[in-house]
Amino acid sequence: MSEPLVIGFETSCDETGVGIVRGHTLLADALATSMAEHERFGGVVPEIASRAHLEAMVPTVHRALADAGVSASDVDAVAVTAGPGLTGALLVGLAAAKAYALALDKPLYGVNHLAAHVAVDELQHGPLAEPSLALLVSGGHSSLLLVPDLAQEVTSLGRTIDDAAGEAFDKVARVLGLPFPGGPPIDRAAREGDPSAIDFPRGLTGPRDAPYDFSFSGLKTAVARWVEARRKAGEPVPVADVAASFQEAVADVLTAKAVRACREHGVDHLVLGGGVAANSRLRALAEERCAAAGIVLRVPSPRLCTDNGAMVAALGSRLVAAGVAPSAPDLGADSSLPIDVVSR
Amino acid sequence: MLVLALDTATPTLVAGIARRSGGEVEVLAERAVPSGNRHAELLVPAVREALAEAGLALADVDAVVAGLGPGPFTGLRVGVVTAAALADARGVPAVGVCSLDAVGSGARTVVTDARRKEVYWAAYDDGGARVDGPGVVRPEDARLTGPLVGDLRFAERLGAPVEPAEVTTAGLLRAAAALLDDPASAGPLVPLYLRRPDAVPPTSFKPVTTS
Ligand SMILES: [Zn+2]
Repeated sequence: MSEPLVIGFETSCDETGVGIVRGHTLLADALATSMAEHERFGGVVPEIASRAHLEAMVPTVHRALADAGVSASDVDAVAVTAGPGLTGALLVGLAAAKAYALALDKPLYGVNHLAAHVAVDELQHGPLAEPSLALLVSGGHSSLLLVPDLAQEVTSLGRTIDDAAGEAFDKVARVLGLPFPGGPPIDRAAREGDPSAIDFPRGLTGPRDAPYDFSFSGLKTAVARWVEARRKAGEPVPVADVAASFQEAVADVLTAKAVRACREHGVDHLVLGGGVAANSRLRALAEERCAAAGIVLRVPSPRLCTDNGAMVAALGSRLVAAGVAPSAPDLGADSSLPIDVVSR
Repeated sequence: MLVLALDTATPTLVAGIARRSGGEVEVLAERAVPSGNRHAELLVPAVREALAEAGLALADVDAVVAGLGPGPFTGLRVGVVTAAALADARGVPAVGVCSLDAVGSGARTVVTDARRKEVYWAAYDDGGARVDGPGVVRPEDARLTGPLVGDLRFAERLGAPVEPAEVTTAGLLRAAAALLDDPASAGPLVPLYLRRPDAVPPTSFKPVTTS
């Protein structure tokens, strides 16, 4: 018998994702995004995202089925992001997934978005080593997770106490007059800059600070102050140096804490995920430090690091394989679903 | 034909199964569930219950009717996307109607809760055809002609009695009659939002600090 065919729905932010996997094999990863509609607002507008999800939902399902070369009736299980995320956005995907599960008479799995970010790596690099550590960084999250068993046990070691790393990228880009979202333009600008030009602060790295929590708000403000001081003095702002120095501060803190967590928990596998994992400096520094510490680093391709439906299908597939009970028919969305709830 | 009707435009979600033949509509089972903000949790169970009571399976359904609102957006979308997905998965047509058309009958003006101290409204002639609306208005500013039906909590602010009435399966089927006769004429299921998203582009890039 072939492995189960799982369809996954993701609508926690601005990407409408529908992915299809068979076991650990990725068959389709259809995506629609409303990013362009949020650009002029400098951030994701929840109502705009929710409207776009509704519009894109059925066409995106069709695209995924066509790409996978399967029909809806072939599906063995349905998985959907139940949280965390924007409530109104989550509910569109959740309601759609519940309807497909009902109409196809297949089990439904409401899953944790963060755990799905970890699961997606199995589609590229095979079964996850357990325990693994996961560093998830995006516009919505900055989390350090310990993953003893992806299907049932994921614990949070640390998280941002203020802004997500991706938010800091967006805000710094704005200060520098670069477009939204800020990740890619800062990455590009930084290539021409000197990462040691400006010594920006590394948040929460003092001896008495929480060892695995993050803070990017102070860094963001420090960058803004520095840039404003130049402008006030009538001096040109060295955009490349600011971008490179800011990016270095973020990558330094993230990788230092991740490697330290690996060492202190005796874990020798680290998975990166989230949109910021596409940042070239974060990847390079993570590779360097993991290699030095004897840690195996696993990073999905940039396309799979950002939000998508394949990651949800991947986690759903994992749950089916582990024999985890499906969700109840009255499954709802939880915008602040805790990480230790892998599925509900 | 067997029709599944869904509506989540008001605080009471509706899931009903009806048989339609030669313009006659027989409601076989209906669930009207006070659901507040829990449409997503309660809609699928309500559909299951209605199907079970009618002794039918989703595979028996020939078409889906969805109330397109107006109504509070988040709950409204749950019903609309559920209808679209159910119909898509079963390969049957989905048609959408104005939810207010499914409240009461005959000459009337329908008012429902639009939140933010406003009401959604639409006016109908003797034959029950919508002649004005749907719109959204502050009750104090509304010049609505009676009889008013719908959400009676607005009677005082409208300065006129409101006969209580809710969305029903029969009302949804009645509103969808022409579309069900010719489903190909139905457009995609687009909610009647009536309001633009609350979002203001930043007018200028304000300094982050004020020192
Ligand atoms: Zn994410």
